[in-house]
Amino acid sequence: MRLRVNPIACAAHGLCAELFPEWIQLDEWGYPIVDDEPIPPHLQVHARRAVAQCPTLALVAEKA
Amino acid sequence: MGAFTAAAASAGGNPLWYATRSFGLVALALLTASVLLGVLTSQRIATPKWPRFASQALHRNVSLLALAVVGVHVLTTLMDTYVRITWWAAVVPFTSAYRTGYVALGTIAFDLLLVVTATSLARTLTGHRWWRLVHWSAYAAWPLALGHYLGTGTDARTSWGLLFALACLGAVSVAVLIRLAIERREGPVRVWGGGR
Ligand code: HEM
Ligand code: SF4
Repeated sequence: MRLRVNPIACAAHGLCAELFPEWIQLDEWGYPIVDDEPIPPHLQVHARRAVAQCPTLALVAEKA
Repeated sequence: MGAFTAAAASAGGNPLWYATRSFGLVALALLTASVLLGVLTSQRIATPKWPRFASQALHRNVSLLALAVVGVHVLTTLMDTYVRITWWAAVVPFTSAYRTGYVALGTIAFDLLLVVTATSLARTLTGHRWWRLVHWSAYAAWPLALGHYLGTGTDARTSWGLLFALACLGAVSVAVLIRLAIERREGPVRVWGGGR
């Protein structure tokens, strides 16, 4: 599983970085910088939670 | 004793009737909290000690609890024999013979809450645009619930009952005014583009 941000939909709420700091950092304007690497199984629960909680559904999980 | 039971029954001394009234009051308080927390999440108000996901998780859980309590309130109303209300009056507005208009306000609010909650739980399926649009109907559900309480609520005729309604009204009004003020300062939310 990998994470991707839709930059048009993202509103810089920063929720995702609060919920999954291992993979997501915020830049100086509050927009997320998401690690490209595949997410190991034990962290995927956090990835899924961040995806479900994003207020604008801009954060997406991809299978590959 | 006989006179006492008769008097209690005529005053609605049935335990289910008391349950209906209490759950109704709790439901209105929880709905008020749900709307306040909803406004809080939508405005990105947060501090390091109170992160955004906390407001959002609380908003979600309080909303689910509110719906559950509304559900119990409806259920005890239907089970109660003090006033007879058919089960379809719980979901189809204007079908209650008892206080048709004021019960209908509650019915419409209940329907809206069901839709708002269902679309929220299926948010990743419906997509953000639809969810957002539907979610705003929560702002309609809340005053309908308040009107339902003021119209049919036995307790709304007492001074503390009225005070409770005014406190809820005050809290939501302040929250909505603050939300509008922030909106004006930051410019409109671009819902259709999905971001802002
Ligand atoms: C009783 C049911 C509910 C009520 C009355 C309610 C009410 C509200 C209100 C008034 C807002 C502010 C909307 C705005 O002005 O933009 C809001 C926002 C929000 N609600 Fe609810 N809500 C309910 C259920 C839920 C549930 C079950 C969820 C679960 C995911 C949820 C998730 C959200 C989110 C994520 C926002 C923030 C949107 C944003 O950041 O723009 N709500 N809600
Ligand atoms: S939670 Fe969603 S809107 Fe907020 S920064 Fe992350 S991707 Fe963007």
